[in-house]
Amino acid sequence: MGKLRLLFVKEGRAVYISHLDLLRTFQRVFLRQGLVLRHSQGFHPHPIISFALPLSVGQASDCEILDFEVNEDMDGAGLPEALNAFMPEGIRAVDCYIPVRPVRELARLRCRVDLVYDGGVPEGAAEEIKKLLLGESVVIQKRTKRKAMADIDIRPMLHSLDILEAPGLLTLEAVVSAQNPGMNPALLAAAAEVHLPELAADFVRVRRLEMLDEKGEIFR
Amino acid sequence: MDQRLERILPRVQKPARYTGGEYNAVMKDKSRVDTRFAFCFPDTYEIGMSNLGFRILYGVLNQMPGVWCERVFTPWPDMEEELRRNHIPLYALESGDPVGEFDIIGFSVGYEMAYTAMLNMLDLSGLPLRAEDRPGLTPLVIAGGTAMYNAEPVADFIDLALIGEGEDLLPEVVELYRRARRENWDKPRFLRAAAEIQGVYVPSLYNVSYHEDGTIAAITPLDGAPEKVVKRVVHDMDKSYYPVKTIVPSTEIVHDRVTLEVFRGCIRGCRFCQAGYVYRPVRCRSREQLAEYAQASVQDSGYQEMTLSSLSTSDYPELVGLCDDLEAFCGKNHVNLSLPSLRADNFSMELMQRLQKGRKAGLTFAPEAGTQRLRDAINKNVTEEELTESLKTAFSGGWSGVKLYFMLGLPTETDEDVLGIAEMANHAVHTWREYASNKNRGLRLTVSTSWFVPKPFTAFQWEAQISRAEYERRVKLLREAITAKAVTYNWHDGDTSFLEAVLARGDRRLGRVLEAAFRRGAKLDAWSDYFDLSRWLEAFDECGLDPEFYACRERSREEIFPWSMISCYVSDDYLWRQRELAYQSVTTPDCRTRCSGCGANIVEGGECHRG
Repeated sequence: MGKLRLLFVKEGRAVYISHLDLLRTFQRVFLRQGLVLRHSQGFHPHPIISFALPLSVGQASDCEILDFEVNEDMDGAGLPEALNAFMPEGIRAVDCYIPVRPVRELARLRCRVDLVYDGGVPEGAAEEIKKLLLGESVVIQKRTKRKAMADIDIRPMLHSLDILEAPGLLTLEAVVSAQNPGMNPALLAAAAEVHLPELAADFVRVRRLEMLDEKGEIFR
Repeated sequence: MDQRLERILPRVQKPARYTGGEYNAVMKDKSRVDTRFAFCFPDTYEIGMSNLGFRILYGVLNQMPGVWCERVFTPWPDMEEELRRNHIPLYALESGDPVGEFDIIGFSVGYEMAYTAMLNMLDLSGLPLRAEDRPGLTPLVIAGGTAMYNAEPVADFIDLALIGEGEDLLPEVVELYRRARRENWDKPRFLRAAAEIQGVYVPSLYNVSYHEDGTIAAITPLDGAPEKVVKRVVHDMDKSYYPVKTIVPSTEIVHDRVTLEVFRGCIRGCRFCQAGYVYRPVRCRSREQLAEYAQASVQDSGYQEMTLSSLSTSDYPELVGLCDDLEAFCGKNHVNLSLPSLRADNFSMELMQRLQKGRKAGLTFAPEAGTQRLRDAINKNVTEEELTESLKTAFSGGWSGVKLYFMLGLPTETDEDVLGIAEMANHAVHTWREYASNKNRGLRLTVSTSWFVPKPFTAFQWEAQISRAEYERRVKLLREAITAKAVTYNWHDGDTSFLEAVLARGDRRLGRVLEAAFRRGAKLDAWSDYFDLSRWLEAFDECGLDPEFYACRERSREEIFPWSMISCYVSDDYLWRQRELAYQSVTTPDCRTRCSGCGANIVEGGECHRG
């Protein structure tokens, strides 16, 4: 009976696969490869498989984590290559191992938020946005689970921020809280759009770069 | 991914259906491909990807070296709006290249209500709708599928139609196209040559003239085109292509499972059923091969659901043996096996019960008519006793959800027949009370009725559809007669069935109506949210045509049908005899019991009922 953790990349065409669809997709990938997942007990057994941190549709990631259980003793060596033969385009396993750290220790996310400006980056945008996001508080409206709108301050969930400028592109490199509570990196762009409407980007692209723990060390 | 696409996808519902990149999607090197085929399904991704025929032909075409077949589906209106607003032409999922740049654009058309979606897809591709406005050989616009047995309503828009099964025919047409391009033929020359291939119907090579009353005076083939275009069939199912390695969508579709096609055709001969006549003769796959395909498909796809598919799965000669083979494999691999299209007989129910593990979802039976007299008239050889026996087995076996399907407006139907439906429903409730193993769960009995649509190539192709008012009266009659609380009665929307009746037996003058309806916004008529009959009625008005001429008129034996240049082997004489028998409520035995000489036996050299 082995618990295993799979580290994988999700990018390109695959970023539009939703959480639930990705779950189904992985179940099938394992079956194609011939790996039998351990199933829950009960009247309707289902395979034991879960993502550490669900990823929003449309966002790419270099560091997705999938936990699952198999019926045999194995350490996961060689599994990424074996699974990759059966993946849809844009999903690629990079590592598989027996997990030592519980998912709750996954505290932060290093991520990249691209703000694309078709007409070129407005003068001083990088400084303005940095000032805004690193200010005392950054309040935005967010829909709650009860569908009401609530004000939340995202500032406490932003741990570091760098902004790089290229022609037509501002890249925010940030470390944000991953869970309890976590923030969707897309909110950085949303905050800029609300508070600095004149600097609103034409398109926003988000990519998770690395999962980190509380101390900022890489979480595996 | 196209950057313009990247921007619109976050704003549309279910974006994964517009990206491609699924497991087993066929990618080819463009520089090593000379013929690009855009395989268009005039409905959504979820519907199109659930279509086995579409998957078969995708596989067949991609087996051809130098040919790359890619998929195109109708975008949902939110996506369509984004595409149009951002001036992004309709594109194929594999390469993302615009459909307008492909060599051949092929539509898979199973259903009349998809016609306007075809027009919309051509329009979204930036192509002229009418074939005459596309004078070059490329792009060639072709169409196949069951609806093309009467291609006349879309005759103005397509260059040619493929009649019958496409496994052999489609590659032949593609090869001829490649030759035509190599040798620089113009389009008329290509079309004349294509018309020589059995199963190819080139509408522009037929001149249709009309009597003053609107009926057809003559259909004249031009330039040596055949008097009759005879459908193509696959002769040996064991040798025909089966898509073992097939695309597994990354998002949920309607039939998200392995579909094992056990046979083609149907031995039953229900007189209203177009599929039952046009897919003759019956041809089975061998049990051994099916078992092999089943295992290979499950292994390749990772699916844990499998379904046996055919027009009437109970009629597969070795069904029990096949299920034995499959059950062992499925059990071991946690694969759920389902058997739709079963007849309401004891044999089938026992099989169902054996295979159904765990959840007992709904059961569906289609008695089609409420009295034995009418069931005999339509040759639906199911007796009330058989149905009751099946229900007994179902209810005592733990099923509590049952659906019963009927048609209203079948030829010879009387009020007694309509009320017979209510009696059957009440009877089913009694059976449940007497036999249900678990009454706590309650009974969910659904009775659904549709408005009968007479179709070409059936015994009822001469019939009038009953009038709207009469249909509504019969619905009301039935609604008031169904008294049991456990019974839910659903009836089919009349607007759709009326238009379906118009288009099913329409002639090529309807091309103008289709175009006018499309210009008024008709584009997803198969979806009730987007279907609006008033657009169509306005379009008919504008074109000076009367829809009731097509739907509500009884034809004489002598009338030339718009589809008279097509042959599915089953002769009009046979169909007429079947119609006469219907009026006498005399049944015709199934093809295995006795050959009744429909004409399809020519295909297999005079002996087709052995399957």
